[in-house]
Amino acid sequence: MTPAVATAAPLHRYLIEAARRWPEQTAVVEPGAGSISYARLDHLSDRVRDRLHAMGVRRGDRVGLYLRKSIDTVAAIYGVLKAGAAYVPVDPGAPASRDAFILHNCAVSALLVESRFDSALRAEHEQLGRLPPMVVLERVGGGQGLSAALDALDREEAAKLSDTFDSAPGDLAYILYTSGSTGKPKGVMLSHENAVSFVDWCSELLEPRTSDRFSSHAPFHFDLSILDIHVCLKHGATLVLVGEDVGKDPERLAQLIAGERISIWYSAPSILALLSQFGRLSDRDLSALRIVLFAGEVFPIKHLRTLTQQLPGRRYVNLYGPTETNVCTWYEVKLPIPEGQAKPVPIGVSCSHLQCRVVDGEGAAVHPGQEGELVVAGRGVMQGYWALPEQSARAFLPDDGEGRWYRTGDVVFEDPDGNYAYLGRRDRMVKRRGYRVELGEIEAGLYRHALVKEAAVVAIPDEESGVKIKAFLSCREEKHPSLIEMKRFCAQNLPAYMIPDSFSWQAALPKTSTDKVDYQRLKELR
Amino acid sequence: MSDVEYSVKQFILKEFLPGEDPSELTSSTPLITGGILDSLATMKLVMFLEDSYGVKFEAHEVDPDHLDTVADIARLVAAKKG
Repeated sequence: MTPAVATAAPLHRYLIEAARRWPEQTAVVEPGAGSISYARLDHLSDRVRDRLHAMGVRRGDRVGLYLRKSIDTVAAIYGVLKAGAAYVPVDPGAPASRDAFILHNCAVSALLVESRFDSALRAEHEQLGRLPPMVVLERVGGGQGLSAALDALDREEAAKLSDTFDSAPGDLAYILYTSGSTGKPKGVMLSHENAVSFVDWCSELLEPRTSDRFSSHAPFHFDLSILDIHVCLKHGATLVLVGEDVGKDPERLAQLIAGERISIWYSAPSILALLSQFGRLSDRDLSALRIVLFAGEVFPIKHLRTLTQQLPGRRYVNLYGPTETNVCTWYEVKLPIPEGQAKPVPIGVSCSHLQCRVVDGEGAAVHPGQEGELVVAGRGVMQGYWALPEQSARAFLPDDGEGRWYRTGDVVFEDPDGNYAYLGRRDRMVKRRGYRVELGEIEAGLYRHALVKEAAVVAIPDEESGVKIKAFLSCREEKHPSLIEMKRFCAQNLPAYMIPDSFSWQAALPKTSTDKVDYQRLKELR
Repeated sequence: MSDVEYSVKQFILKEFLPGEDPSELTSSTPLITGGILDSLATMKLVMFLEDSYGVKFEAHEVDPDHLDTVADIARLVAAKKG
């Protein structure tokens, strides 16, 4: 099973080949800041490679990227890959303590950072120890910030021209950190083969052309960005970067899709639902748009129906998969969606570079139609979690000689059409605005408040937003902090998508007979 | 407190801070940077303001620089009505 056919090309080879075939074609557009051709992007990433080599970066090292989304960051990504290292993108919008933890956890040997984040990061690192060598960018935008930072370093001592590393299929290409149940993010390690097998499958699905214009809506620390960046640039198409501020504003977003003539859109369903409700899509010229991809959470069917009515005649594809496999199943939505349909669309069938199965609690395959956990094997499946051997081992079924089966934790069943349908989670993970959130990480964040004595968080299904997160707390003092104070505290200590929707103070949290928090009773408390 | 400040406060308390003591929400409480308004809540607030005061917000105004406190919001609405 799972024949490990070696992939010849390292991931960055696709950019190099595209730059040879289409040197003058526009590779990346950063609205408001400029654009860059394939030849210039290839060259700028060569300069990053040379600088990283001069700083001592070698094969197998990790390099952190603490940069806002920009042409500079795309060039940095390819520079890291060309140097033979794995890129580790952190969320510039997250609290500095979380990002510092990530960079320290995987022991990056170099870091590209914007000067605006530099001082907060230095402060955090004082507790963590040594800071890695850094390339500090005064700003990002259009690639100029990166060029200027490299120029300045070259004036001190010019970086010698070096060779692009011909990475092996098993070498790490990137590490993406996701929410961890213990309160610390965990790093999902993805190899060149993982990335390239996924990118090649996307080529099959999308058949991109050089005339295509891909959206880059997801942030680069989010696995949706792998499709955006690497599929687009493999095919000589143009990647249109969507900034964080525009990305959440449906009106500006709709203007951008029209103005930039986006042809392949990919985002979490929550963004598409916002666009369909507030983007006035019918008033705009979205004639270039041919494919709409969504992933990351269940798309409430009423919003999907409205969207497909506003924008008929496009392909709509539901992509499903955790960061550990990237997309592992897909479903092309059949139009029109019947008015009476209340069920969300299925997650579909296995991608061609992977195998999927539904298993029972013992790991044995269930009969078709029975529910069980979805497990995945094949070339797209992660190498493991960084420096977490036990969690890595637990993530897979025990080896029975039939391949490495990754346990998604998602409960599904196969419907009569042969499509998998999603039912729910086996554990305490939820999806919010496309992000995965371990409720334990929110609890760990709440416990950092000096007055919080006990904290427990439950997720309640919600038709409008998918899920509402409710926090139950008890206080060390008689007068508990106000709701506003708690929201502000969370805004400073957790990523925005982890802030609970409500806070409820109790004299003490309900306990089970074994003195654990009784989550069932909390859910009933409402 | 202006009428606009008062009704914006009432709207935020009712929609996004149910159960909160009204005196905790002041004219200078940070709303977006303070985790009270997420992106969807901000959109809802803007729609409320547009409907209530007959004003129109430009896309670039929907951000923490313009809407982070009740005082900021009231100032912007007054300027638009002005």
